[in-house]
Amino acid sequence: MYIEITNAGKTFKDGGEELRVLDNINLSIDKGEFICLLGPSGCGKSTLLNAMAGFDMITEGSIKIDGKEVKEPSVKNVTIFQNYGLLPWRTVQKNVELGLEPKKLSKEERAKTAEKYIELVGLSGFKNAHPRRLSGGMQQRVAIARALAVDPDIIFMDEPFGALDAITRMKLQDDILAISKKENKTVIFVTHDIEEAIFLADRIVVMAAHPGRIKSIVDVHLPRYQRERTSDDFLLIRDKVFEIFNMKHIPDIEFVI
Amino acid sequence: MKKLLSLKNIIVSFAIFILIWQVLYMTSDFGDALFPSPLKAWQALVEMVENGYIFINIGTSMYRFAAGYISSVITAVLLGLVLGWFKGIFKYINPVVQLLRPISPMAWMPFIVLWFGIGDVPAIVIIFIAAFFPVLLSTVSAVGNIDPIYLKVAKNFGIKKPEIFWKIVFPAAFPQIANSIHLALGTAWVFLVAGEMVGSQSGLGYLIIDARNNLRADTLLAAIIVIGLIGLILDSLLKLIEGYVMRLWGGADK
Repeated sequence: MYIEITNAGKTFKDGGEELRVLDNINLSIDKGEFICLLGPSGCGKSTLLNAMAGFDMITEGSIKIDGKEVKEPSVKNVTIFQNYGLLPWRTVQKNVELGLEPKKLSKEERAKTAEKYIELVGLSGFKNAHPRRLSGGMQQRVAIARALAVDPDIIFMDEPFGALDAITRMKLQDDILAISKKENKTVIFVTHDIEEAIFLADRIVVMAAHPGRIKSIVDVHLPRYQRERTSDDFLLIRDKVFEIFNMKHIPDIEFVI
Repeated sequence: MKKLLSLKNIIVSFAIFILIWQVLYMTSDFGDALFPSPLKAWQALVEMVENGYIFINIGTSMYRFAAGYISSVITAVLLGLVLGWFKGIFKYINPVVQLLRPISPMAWMPFIVLWFGIGDVPAIVIIFIAAFFPVLLSTVSAVGNIDPIYLKVAKNFGIKKPEIFWKIVFPAAFPQIANSIHLALGTAWVFLVAGEMVGSQSGLGYLIIDARNNLRADTLLAAIIVIGLIGLILDSLLKLIEGYVMRLWGGADK
């Protein structure tokens, strides 16, 4: 297994009160898989992602990536945040070059690599613009280009499309799916949007709160490309997820004698 | 801000100011020696321009101002970046800074004159002190206020210790630092005149003392107005530079 989480747990101390944010998490992820962590707020999905990305350690158990215990963030595993994390004082081009700067590349190579990924996300015309000039969707594209530019093994995405409008969101979902398959990246994607999870994931890890735990893992047996949001299979899986969240309303049956 | 300082506003504003001055002059009974008319002050200014006296003093003052202000801002920003980053150290320095900060730079004047004598140095030191604390404290707080996401991103992309300072910390804190540098300009200019009134035999501040000693109220008023004008020009210049740099930086916060 590529990512191996065993008995992972995390307890916060909040003024004497102990808060169990992650409890007994066990999860194995294969290389190239697209995993969605799905759940309501407070279920620890972002905490789990941050722990995998090395930003925020777990207090018990272990998280191993490629056989190595995660202790700190790595250039091989890039995180994309909901609020983009772009540096406003750098142009699009310079933002994408950021991760390339610690590498031993010539200036030209760096610029060329950055340009390639800016083109991949469809922003060639904006490479000299500052992030503030761009819409939210475009800013997130820049963040995606910046992540891809360092050729990471894993991309962690923390509700990356949460701040975008529905239409932009669907467009970006299409794009990230296509890109992740084309570049063969492992993606761990946090969301609270059920349809987003079904549209993107190979497997959906459904989480629940108090304490944050894995409730169920749903295999999404849908074609990897061009999933149809309105197809029967799609709706079937949606039904299943709704059931896991106990959100399916069974109509009251009236008995008339 | 540009709209606020349109030519029409400036002319009307100054016209009203001079008018009130003239009315006060005509209604008061101080007499020319104590309260000169706008015309008298103008004539004194023309006189100083013609004999070049005013330009020599402006030059002297500007040199002192530039030396004190620029060295102060650079020191304060560099120190502020370091102390803002190493919060543990700042905790031990902050109490003393808070003690020194409310002391008017002028209170140090006796020592400054005793140690450095009369001349350029006292004014430079006074300006240095005047600009130093606001810029230092503002820089420290700017570093503390950096959005943690920038540091997360830097860490993720493997940007290490020295580089993180000029690649992330300084640019991220820059807007707030620029703002404090701008505010400190006004403070520093105020204290230039004060410093020169006590510790110098030249410059715009000395011009005030000299005019008083010669009982030249008209020269005194002319000098006061010149000091105000130069302060205004310096402020506008810095505003222009600030605007330009902020555009390079990627635009101000919405």
